[in-house]
Amino acid sequence: MAGPLPIGEKWPESNQLQPQNSANETFHVYVHVPFCTVRCGYCDFNTYTQQEMPGVALAEFHLALIEEIRFSKSVLDASGLSPSGISSIFFGGGTPSLFASKQIKLILDALQSSFGFAPGCEITMEANPESTTAELLSGVREAGVNRLSVGVQSYDPAVLKVLDRQHNAGNINSALGAAKSLDFRTSLDLIYGAPGESYESWQETISRSLELQTDHVSAYSLIVEPGTKLARQISKGELEAVNEDLNADKYEWATEQLEAAGLPWYEVSNFGEIAQHNLAYWQSKNWWGYGPGAHSHIAGNRFWNQKHPARYQQALEAGSPAAGLERLSERQQLEESLMLGLRTKFGVPRKLLSQLDVDPLKVAEQLSLGYLSLHGDQIAVTKQGRLLVDRLVVDFLQ
Amino acid sequence: MSTPVKQLEPSLTPPGQIRNFCIIAHIDHGKSTLADRMLQLTGIVSDREMRDQYLDRMDIERERGITIKSQAVRLPWQLDGTAYALNMIDTPGHVDFTYEVSRSLAACEGAVLLVDAAQGIEAQTLANLYLALENDLEIIPVLNKIDLPAAQPEKYAEELASLIGGSPEDCLKVSGKTGQGVKELMDLIVRRVPAPTGNADAPARAMIFDSVYDSYRGVVTYVRMIDGKLNPRDEIQMMSTKAVHELLEIGVISPEPKPSKGLSVGEVGYLITGVKDVRQSKVGDTVTTKRNPAQVALKGYAEPKPMVFSGIYPIDGSDYPNLREALDKLRLSDASLVYEPETSAALGFGFRCGFLGLLHLEIITERLEREFNLSLIATSPSVVYNVTQEDGTQMVVTNPSEYPDGKVKEVQEPMVRATLLTPKDYVGTIMELCQGKRGTMIDMQYLGEDRVQLRYRLPLAEIVFDFFDQLKSKTQGYASLDYEDDGFAPGDLVRVDLLLQGEKVDAFSAIVHKDKAYGHGVRIATKLRELIPRQQFEVPIQAAIGSRVIARETIRAIRKDVLAKCYGGDITRKRKLLEKQKEGKKRMKMVGRVEVPQEAFIAALSTDEKAGKK
Repeated sequence: MAGPLPIGEKWPESNQLQPQNSANETFHVYVHVPFCTVRCGYCDFNTYTQQEMPGVALAEFHLALIEEIRFSKSVLDASGLSPSGISSIFFGGGTPSLFASKQIKLILDALQSSFGFAPGCEITMEANPESTTAELLSGVREAGVNRLSVGVQSYDPAVLKVLDRQHNAGNINSALGAAKSLDFRTSLDLIYGAPGESYESWQETISRSLELQTDHVSAYSLIVEPGTKLARQISKGELEAVNEDLNADKYEWATEQLEAAGLPWYEVSNFGEIAQHNLAYWQSKNWWGYGPGAHSHIAGNRFWNQKHPARYQQALEAGSPAAGLERLSERQQLEESLMLGLRTKFGVPRKLLSQLDVDPLKVAEQLSLGYLSLHGDQIAVTKQGRLLVDRLVVDFLQ
Repeated sequence: MSTPVKQLEPSLTPPGQIRNFCIIAHIDHGKSTLADRMLQLTGIVSDREMRDQYLDRMDIERERGITIKSQAVRLPWQLDGTAYALNMIDTPGHVDFTYEVSRSLAACEGAVLLVDAAQGIEAQTLANLYLALENDLEIIPVLNKIDLPAAQPEKYAEELASLIGGSPEDCLKVSGKTGQGVKELMDLIVRRVPAPTGNADAPARAMIFDSVYDSYRGVVTYVRMIDGKLNPRDEIQMMSTKAVHELLEIGVISPEPKPSKGLSVGEVGYLITGVKDVRQSKVGDTVTTKRNPAQVALKGYAEPKPMVFSGIYPIDGSDYPNLREALDKLRLSDASLVYEPETSAALGFGFRCGFLGLLHLEIITERLEREFNLSLIATSPSVVYNVTQEDGTQMVVTNPSEYPDGKVKEVQEPMVRATLLTPKDYVGTIMELCQGKRGTMIDMQYLGEDRVQLRYRLPLAEIVFDFFDQLKSKTQGYASLDYEDDGFAPGDLVRVDLLLQGEKVDAFSAIVHKDKAYGHGVRIATKLRELIPRQQFEVPIQAAIGSRVIARETIRAIRKDVLAKCYGGDITRKRKLLEKQKEGKKRMKMVGRVEVPQEAFIAALSTDEKAGKK
């Protein structure tokens, strides 16, 4: 969702998608809620702090999303790609917890009536600790949301300040407590590597997060996106630059602690009970992203919506909200499989490497250096290789 | 402003109505602009067709504002009712191209000495003036840019008068920009430059003073007729090789090529034979005819002598045949470029190339990259060393990696005699610079009130490296430099090697003075640590003399290279980045297991000063 939109072809006037592969994949849904009360200094996601823009209102925005659900249903049906039920849904943003539970319910109803839910459908909502009330939680739980991803980021007030986050340790604990009492599965989002964050500060964040007995942790190393306030502060020298060596230390320490606490590693930044929704991205399942700037992937087509909420709504009214589309060639699909698959504990099939003409000597070298390991027909990164996935991929595809 | 002038028919022009002259000037002293005015004034280029620096054809010349290839343009002129043909032979203005200048001078009877009235004469101009005097050319001193507010024509007229003799009043004052004085200059050329002399009835002898490769026409050979006449249907013969070629076209440049009915004694023009290789039309050779050959060749020119050597390697090894082809093509247009295949353990297959100087090296590598779409690495430039080993065997080293490992009895390095002209305020700075570059002063003299000429004997190796840049920056561009070959002298030299992961990288080896070896080693090692990206493993960098390590740096292994978040739209972004990264890798050269970026090789060329500024 970050950064400017890619450049692609036009959305087809026929409103039909051409499958670029014959895989019969499960169907997943992302819903983008483009509103926040405050813009965080590190964030370049597509979100807006005004809750009223010309023609756009937070309180009404679910209607646009529901309109896109209808549109997607007609596109998928017309393309012969009707899914047999939704396997996971993710409300992200922005701040989805700014929606009223009624709005979440209406969206879920629209999704269910359009596509149906597959058994065990995982429905996650992102929530900021400070905007998550007990009332909202019980409302969305009743509407069908069964997993809560809480944006903890850090327990260190100094780090939260650098990140412009509005919450504190108290908010975090009460939000988690409320979620657990309502029987949500929980995930915590953590960020390490913020300017000024010490190794000890990060240790504290991990320890205190683990006290919450969560089912899942995403631990992201801070990405300084160009154009953000944070990037400007760093380039001006007001904040120190990211130290990737220290981050590697932090990552290794976190990995030890999380795994010891029963949250096994399964993707570069993810630990614990596998999030079906996340896995859908890394295994190139079919998913439709609803809302401004949201990206979709359907059978080898990637497409993305108009970024600004007002333009999104106008485009939707005029026909399709899509701003662009790309059809992935077979080669591109294979390269993506390598790029994404190697991020996960499942790795990639050996066959994929030979399909991509990867030099076997390069693979053998990485195996001998201990960055990769072999599990039958799969090749996956070792603990040592987890932080070097991108380098390995470039090396292999060169 | 232009009035068409009666044009004399080439091949039928009596020598008495011919004037062959060149313009000697420093870069930026306005030679091309003055030439532009002459083209307009004589009416051969209309005001509508005029463009700035008309004669500087190649892109690269225009961009750098310097003239590399000489041209010979025939200009019609009229004085006191008589028509004349003036051949203006353009000369390059950079220190690297002294040889080309000497060829052009030998085709003339007179020279316009063009000096910027705001700057005075520069060392390079002084050197070319000297060459012109040696060739017995009639010198016409001219001060240009008199329209500039900063012009001091009286002061510099005096300077010129003291250099060439005569009185300051003899110095013509012109402005190439406004055209002021240009007509008077043309008249003066007719009056002062002697007409060519030669035997019209003798067998034809034409001197090749330039040879240019044109992709449409093949080799275009510029000649000055010394004796006799060449006719369109002649079979011509090169006197050195006895090779015979059919003459496809003969003509004059005015300013576009115009076929003529031949060239007669004293005239300047071009020949096209369909030959594709400039080596078959060698500069310095004498052209005669097969039917009636001359017996004695004209005195040959000095063959161009490469002063600076560098290894040129394609980043992508599979480009090697393309590089060979590109060099072969460039040689067609550049007689002074020499090269032979060379293999480097670090860089693979490439060529050791000889150049006239650093600028020549830069121009050639730039042309190779730009015109032939190659990605190249040029190794640190080196000069020629004569090495005597302990056992008395002699060897010539043009590539530092060939420098013997064992004890050497003596090393001789090429020396130059450098002439520096500077305002007197910078004398101290220049003396310091020259001493730092192992120079010994020959003499110093005042050329006027505030201009000083310093002469130094310096090792060429010190000059080719970065001397010129330093001189310019330390004197705000006021000092100028010229140098000439001054034989060889023994030097206390050692080879400094660079090792990556314990493996010697031959491309980084350099021969340096013993006292500078340590500084050199530290500088290169530090530079490489900055420029080589972190790899999956630790990379030790060492500088060593023989087995003695004099500097050490370490590139630590990279620990983290992965995008933290890769969901939704990140995937498209990441894939596009990946595609870019794959391209970026092509700019890297694998040296053993280490990926070394092109910049690292280029940085080996850069100087202490530049590294310090960074």
